[in-house]
Amino acid sequence: MVKQDSKSMMIQASGLTHYYGPYAAIEDVNFNVERGEVLGFLGPNGAGKTTTMRILTGYMPPTRGKVTLDDYDIVEQSLEVRRKVGYLPETVPLYTDMSVSTYLKYMGTLRQMPPKNIKRRISEVIDVCRLGDYRSSQIGKLSKGFRQRVGIAQAILHEPEVLVLDEPTIGIDPIQVVETRRLIQDLGKEQTVVLSSHILPEVSMICDRVLIINEGKIVAEDTPSNLAERLQGSEQMEVEIGGPVSQVLPALRAMPGVANASHRTIQGNEIYTIQATEGKDLRDEISRAVIGGGWSLLSMHTMGMSLEEIFLRLTTHEEL
Amino acid sequence: MRTVQAVAWKEIQIYFSSPTAYIVAMIFLALASFFFVRDLSNPFPQASMSSFFQGATIILILLAPTLTMRLLAEEQKLGTIELLLTSPVRDWEVVVGKYLASLVFLMGTIIPTVYYVILLAIFADPDPGPIWAGYLGLVLYGAAALSVGLLTSTLTNNQIIAAVVAMGILLMLFFANLAANIFEPSGLAATIITEVGMHSHFEDFERGVIDTKNIAYYLLVTTFFIFVSIRALESRRWR
Repeated sequence: MVKQDSKSMMIQASGLTHYYGPYAAIEDVNFNVERGEVLGFLGPNGAGKTTTMRILTGYMPPTRGKVTLDDYDIVEQSLEVRRKVGYLPETVPLYTDMSVSTYLKYMGTLRQMPPKNIKRRISEVIDVCRLGDYRSSQIGKLSKGFRQRVGIAQAILHEPEVLVLDEPTIGIDPIQVVETRRLIQDLGKEQTVVLSSHILPEVSMICDRVLIINEGKIVAEDTPSNLAERLQGSEQMEVEIGGPVSQVLPALRAMPGVANASHRTIQGNEIYTIQATEGKDLRDEISRAVIGGGWSLLSMHTMGMSLEEIFLRLTTHEEL
Repeated sequence: MRTVQAVAWKEIQIYFSSPTAYIVAMIFLALASFFFVRDLSNPFPQASMSSFFQGATIILILLAPTLTMRLLAEEQKLGTIELLLTSPVRDWEVVVGKYLASLVFLMGTIIPTVYYVILLAIFADPDPGPIWAGYLGLVLYGAAALSVGLLTSTLTNNQIIAAVVAMGILLMLFFANLAANIFEPSGLAATIITEVGMHSHFEDFERGVIDTKNIAYYLLVTTFFIFVSIRALESRRWR
């Protein structure tokens, strides 16, 4: 768990709930983001990622709950918050009939940057996002990947303390995906970054910490490596074993890696519920133990693993 | 203020670089000149602009909404509104900036008609009072018409709907005095309807009368619609 020291916290969100009509897009979401941290929101489509991002950027207030960004309240002190945030919405909305540099200049003015800084920063971000050859191209004529770069360029233009990126690599070709990730990693060295994604490897690659969000709720929070471990392991499983309960149950409990085991009889079937210590996959050991004890293994499946089910709905591999 | 300027300047640039705005301006000038010439082509022509002013008010019912329909509807359709409103810009700055841009373009469209005044001055001896009063009235009237279009553009992401609804509102406001006929003449209902209508407040200007009541009316209508537009934009926060 992260420290709860408010000095080092860039974003503190508590009890965040947002309703679209009667439908709750997110419900009671709590999280903190440390200064300089790269936090990833991982979840399948429709999990509430975009809603969370929109609340963080001050585009819309939460129905309930409170967010502070650098100790500014996101609703009460919206302007201060918006000054500190750079935002790349999922759809990368840009004015298609403007040229790249005119657009960046406009966004700089909207953010009340001093005109001198605007000029300097435009050439810097054009460099960083490698838009050099396209500074006077009309945005509407750029490919999706280049538009994405323009989107990132405008998000970092005013040197925001927090960068909010909603699905920053969606819909662009694989080579550009790699480039974009590298860019985000570089930015993450200096800035606080909050990004959302439905691609597991992407988040593991870029983020210091991952929040898994599903159906509007945060279901897990961990470092990418711990999550990967939890993904491989199965925490709870149901096993049907043919054999005397008085022998099977103590044997299961005595197995290394088993935290707890219980038994119940359903319609004459002996069902054992086995709780593994975190991160352990016991399927192999259990089947050996059952056969070794001279009993019969009738069925085995993992259960109650919402995390795993969510992972199944995520994109867990990439075809490059 | 710098952000209002930035928003306005960007919109002005779009107006002056987009074909739609030029087509609207061209049609306005073509139709307005028709009204101007028509008045001079009768057997006893008067050196007056009143036919032009009458024509212009009717043309603007149709053309003002086509100038404003894009302002916020397009931002909502493209999603660019999300970046605009997550910038440290107040909602009213966005609305006022966009409104001012449309007003500037409308002025740019009206200014060439001064040519008619010059023609009249060369070939006749027009009474200047009704002409200047008429222009003042036309600008105030145009400002009000644009504010109606601004509101409808804020309420939808569909430009056609924004334009058509604004035309509807403007037609109702313009011809409200006709509806007054169904009530008892000079009764309370008839008076209210006539006073709310846009047309009855324009006639004085055309005759060369500058009445503060009429100026106040147009400014009030304009302010009202701009105010409601700002509120409508803010409403996303509680929707």
